[in-house]
Amino acid sequence: MTEMTPSVSGNSGTVNYLNHDKSIKSWLLTRDHKRIGIMYLVAISLAFLAGGIMAMLIRLELLSPGETIMGPDAYNQAFTIHGVLMIFAFIIPALPAILGNFVIPMQLGAKDVAFPRINLLSFYLYLGGAVITLSALLVGRIDGGWTFYAPYSVQVGDSILFVTMGVFVMGFSSILTGLNFIVTIHKMRAPGLTWNRLPLFVWSIYATAIVQVLATPVIAITVILLFLERLLGIGIFDPALGGDPVLFQHFFWFYSHPAVYVMILPAFGIISDLIGAFSRHRIVGYRFVALSSIAIAFLGFLVWGHHMFVSGQSALASTVFSLITYLIGIPTGVKIINWISTMYRGSVQLRTPMIYALIFLFTFSIGGFTGIMLGVLAVDVHLHDTYFIVAHFHYTMLGGNVIAALGGLHFWWPKMTGKMFNETLGRIAAGLIFIGFNLTFFPQFIAGSRGMPRRYFDYPSEFVGLNVLSTYGSWIMAAGFFLIAGYLLFSLFKGKKAPANPWGALTLEWTHTASIPEPHNFTVTPVVTRGAYDYHLVPEFYAGPSSGDGSSAGLATQEVAPETTHEK
Amino acid sequence: MASTSVASAGHPGHLQHHFVSEEQQFDASKMGMWLFLVTEILLFSGMFVAYTVFRIWYPEVFAHSAELLDWRLGGLNTVVLLASSFTVALGVHYAQLDNKKGLVINLILTIVFATIFIVVKYFEYTGKFAHGVFPGINFQPHGVGGGHIYAEYDIPFAAQFFSIYFVMTGIHGLHVLVGMGLFAWLITRALRGHFTSSYYTPVELTGLYWHLVDIIWIFLFPLLYLI
Repeated sequence: MTEMTPSVSGNSGTVNYLNHDKSIKSWLLTRDHKRIGIMYLVAISLAFLAGGIMAMLIRLELLSPGETIMGPDAYNQAFTIHGVLMIFAFIIPALPAILGNFVIPMQLGAKDVAFPRINLLSFYLYLGGAVITLSALLVGRIDGGWTFYAPYSVQVGDSILFVTMGVFVMGFSSILTGLNFIVTIHKMRAPGLTWNRLPLFVWSIYATAIVQVLATPVIAITVILLFLERLLGIGIFDPALGGDPVLFQHFFWFYSHPAVYVMILPAFGIISDLIGAFSRHRIVGYRFVALSSIAIAFLGFLVWGHHMFVSGQSALASTVFSLITYLIGIPTGVKIINWISTMYRGSVQLRTPMIYALIFLFTFSIGGFTGIMLGVLAVDVHLHDTYFIVAHFHYTMLGGNVIAALGGLHFWWPKMTGKMFNETLGRIAAGLIFIGFNLTFFPQFIAGSRGMPRRYFDYPSEFVGLNVLSTYGSWIMAAGFFLIAGYLLFSLFKGKKAPANPWGALTLEWTHTASIPEPHNFTVTPVVTRGAYDYHLVPEFYAGPSSGDGSSAGLATQEVAPETTHEK
Repeated sequence: MASTSVASAGHPGHLQHHFVSEEQQFDASKMGMWLFLVTEILLFSGMFVAYTVFRIWYPEVFAHSAELLDWRLGGLNTVVLLASSFTVALGVHYAQLDNKKGLVINLILTIVFATIFIVVKYFEYTGKFAHGVFPGINFQPHGVGGGHIYAEYDIPFAAQFFSIYFVMTGIHGLHVLVGMGLFAWLITRALRGHFTSSYYTPVELTGLYWHLVDIIWIFLFPLLYLI
């Protein structure tokens, strides 16, 4: 068979992964990577909602100086819950577990991940870990921030036992997800799908998985030691018992710095896929973009000390960490330059997912450059623990990970559900989020550079204007998120049926699966004869004003998908 | 990844539907196991770092405290674990030769050796506890035994040494117990004839796991008992 052999059929009356068995049990015990991805989508969205509500409360409290809606104790708990939920229950699992699970096996031309049962296990570990973490709230306060630095964390109460146990269990889930992906990418690729033909999302998930497998065990042993510190007073971290709190910080950041690459690397991959698909052009510098993910994963292990410039580590260590931190800017810059070159060479189609890719380029670049600033030793001493850090972090994480997640969710939504969302509302929501996001976090750069410290429920009156702007921004952003939730859910019931390849993308999940994929993805295993973005080799997909915009679903159908045009 | 799933026409029962061939399934399982072993090494690496940091800060305390650990018992356990690794390797060998009897006997021998290890560890632990040598804040050595006056070991940061000792050997011991459970499971499956020369993946993978448990002990023994 050849690359373009039709294996795609319409869905009317056919069996797909959603309708082949509709019982609750078939969902809860499924080993289908697509269903597991959907279950992750539901669970992680709930975590995002809960963490987001906390964020709204934090911003509301900061609308005016002094006590607005809560006192200092409640505020400390609110930002801690926000941080723990958003980091461990949302942003670390979000992209690998939702989109990675749903998309990667299909992009590889495989029927499933290598270890489907372990995949299901990792979902339940995630759920269990999240429940254990939240049960800490019933036991006592958790108010030390998501970093739970010793010694405060071991002195504050038994709730830390639940938080650490929950993080441990969720970490296990993350390890198993990463392990599964590494093996799947190595062993399950379709015939002809060489490493140089892989979609860049696969490359980025591969780099992510390496970080998950190598870094997460270290946080596991760290929280075990913290747990035992609280339980038995083993005296490793608590200075009152002869331990060393800086050792805790080293352990913690040895995981938690690489973990930010678990958050951002898959986002890079999604942006690569979006820019390739919507520019109708092969990714310029494909190998550089692919290998820069690996380079970032590698360098990411060597920079944890830049979180500890003011923690009393040696000047030599700080200098080295600072230097390596600058180096991370190189592979990241390589990606951004190649993405922009791809758009320059291609013909860009401004659909909703692509708008998120453009937003990403803007917001993440600001996040990245401020990261370089913070890597400067002298500047960091001034900006450490100010709102500048908060703004930088949210520009990389929300402006990076979440924006890319939204782009990816919109991109793959038709494949997940077989329905198209409302394009106009999609653009409006993207605009709301872009405006709201910048309005929320840009003032925090200014407030931080003027010395406003993070993690306080109160602030001097000179910061009122900036904080009011920030809180207004959070409302606009929330409106955007609710709008997205609204029209996506609406599309499930009333959405237009999606063709198999509404975007005219060239990766296997679009060209070789049905509108809603079959339970085992492919009728016959695809044989790959070109790269993931080789539009120049597939003339019927190449550019053209009417192609790939969903309205002309007959796109390239003479060869690929004869029956995809059944719109009702 | 081990048990049988529904076989499609012409496929062996242990081949899961999403794999193309037995080789692919075996390779994938083995690679997954190696990656898991990497995570195990990193899990222990945190403890080895804690050991190194405290040893560099308080070398004489560590040298002094280590005298309380009996190198003869530790050495015995080292020999026992090495022997168990040998029997596991033999088990895999017999599985490849379709020799069910040899496989089962070697798996049983492995459990016997692991049990000896745990029993020795039990007597070491209780011997310490009897003299108040506990991890952390409960560390209050007292009494006389084995030629040691325990009160002499009640010096600053000795508690850290024993915290590290108990945490490292404790988590290692947990791994030994898990391994024993896995071997018991393998024996029941081997007796039911699940393993043949064309399918012995669980034996191979558990063997890999057991070798890692062995290797970690090879590092723990000199660091804690000898130097």
